Amino acid sequence: MDKLVNDFSLGLFFWQAVILVVLILLLVKFAWKPIMTSIAAREEGIANALASAEAARKEMHNLQADNQRILQEARLERDAMIKEAREIKEKMIADAKALATEQGDKMIEQAKATINSEKNAAMAELKNQVAGLSLEIAEKLLKNELSDKGAQTALVEKLLGDVKLN
Amino acid sequence: MVFHGKIVKNTLTALFAVVPFITFANFANDTVKVQPEHAPVAIHTEVAGHAEEHAPASKKDAIDAYIQHHLQDSHEFIFFSDEAEGKHYGFPLPVILVDGGLKVFSASKFEHGEKVAEVDGSYYKLHHGKIYKTDASGDLKLDAHHHPTAEKPFDMSITKNVVTMLLVSALMFFMFVGLAKSYKKGPIPTGFGRVLEPLIIFIREEVAIPNIGKDKYRKYMGFLLTVFFFIWILNLLGLTPLGTNVTGNISVTVCLALFTYLITQFSANKNYWKHIFWMPDVPVAMKIVLMPIEILGTLTKPFALLIRLFANITAGHVVMMSLIAMMFVGKNLAADMPISIGLTLFIAVIELLVAFLQAFIFTMLSSLFIGMAVQDHHHEGDHDGHHDEEPIII
Repeated sequence: MDKLVNDFSLGLFFWQAVILVVLILLLVKFAWKPIMTSIAAREEGIANALASAEAARKEMHNLQADNQRILQEARLERDAMIKEAREIKEKMIADAKALATEQGDKMIEQAKATINSEKNAAMAELKNQVAGLSLEIAEKLLKNELSDKGAQTALVEKLLGDVKLN
Repeated sequence: MVFHGKIVKNTLTALFAVVPFITFANFANDTVKVQPEHAPVAIHTEVAGHAEEHAPASKKDAIDAYIQHHLQDSHEFIFFSDEAEGKHYGFPLPVILVDGGLKVFSASKFEHGEKVAEVDGSYYKLHHGKIYKTDASGDLKLDAHHHPTAEKPFDMSITKNVVTMLLVSALMFFMFVGLAKSYKKGPIPTGFGRVLEPLIIFIREEVAIPNIGKDKYRKYMGFLLTVFFFIWILNLLGLTPLGTNVTGNISVTVCLALFTYLITQFSANKNYWKHIFWMPDVPVAMKIVLMPIEILGTLTKPFALLIRLFANITAGHVVMMSLIAMMFVGKNLAADMPISIGLTLFIAVIELLVAFLQAFIFTMLSSLFIGMAVQDHHHEGDHDGHHDEEPIII
């Protein structure tokens, strides 16, 4: 301890104090303050950049999820549309088929009716012609009868024989 | 990890704090050994400055004296000396004495302590690095302990240590102003600034913020950074062959510790003083007992600070120089030299670490004391919690 006290030099202490005070003041003004401010500003910048990168990443993630959702929706919609179109097509075919059948039936019906009426008309005409023919025959017969009794009887016999043959 | 980060850090700090005691033991040993032999030897070297006939018998003493001389401040900057011819290669520094007026003269007047300097009718003599007022004969009137009883004028010379400190200050100024300027070019410093910036951030993140707190640390950064780099560079300079021993000088460490002490006391808040003079939450009797202890505590903290730095650096210098000197004391140079050089190299590497550690510990403890003085009552708990979740961006 005695040695320590003996070694102590007030002059050196004085200079050290002066140098330290001046050095601290100078460095604070010209070095520490600008350095600390720059470092703090840079760190703030880095922190901000990181935060915004994180936000961008999140947004990207959201966007991707959105896209996925929209895609899914579109796919569903497309499937629905295809299904609907198929149904419409089948319905149309069925309808067309039904309509055609109906139309055909109607035409056949009409044709049948026409054939029937034509046949009836033909039958009526035939009947008329048969009647006419009968009358003509009868007329001719009567004319012959009136001239020859035997012949008349033979004719009648013959006619009757014809009828029988018929 | 089971260990909490803070616990590990605290343990490390505690270990560092213990280191000086280990080194201190060595140091005390050395001084005890040096002290009794020291005075007569010094006289011998003075009387027979360049005598060759004494060499073998007093070689060990001469080395002791040389180390002792190295540890002290000096009025001249000597790089190396030729013992045989008594020549010293270096330059004298200005001497400034306050002795009935300011007296300025060159230290070359002392002729390396061999002559009495006459300035304006007063006579001064150099004795172990100190200037004494004497008469024309140069009689210092040594007392029983070989201490001169002659009057000592107030010596505020620009000594070797002052010159070194000025150089370091200039170096620091250019280094850090350069770094500050490099920020104007871009956010990332270039060149040497890339080395300096992490150190500054280290002091901020590991020393200032954990000890003082995020809100208040900024005000003390100037002091902490200046002191850290000042001590570190001076410690490193002490390891060079320049032969400076600034941080191993008690006057310098006293001044540094005094700054910490003053800053602590002047920035202390109400809470701090309350804990010193009237400790809360203890009985009145205890309050009275604790008061002197706490007041003493404010003084012992900076005292430990100044002794730790002084002892560590001095011990380092003594050990290094002793190990180098080993090869001159031994009889077989060929056998001694490798051992001496090897050991010196080993200690030098450790000293390189100690140079950083002591600067770090000084700054760490300074910020710890400041932190104790400025912290709010319940701050510590909050702070711990806060620190852990805080993101570290470097």
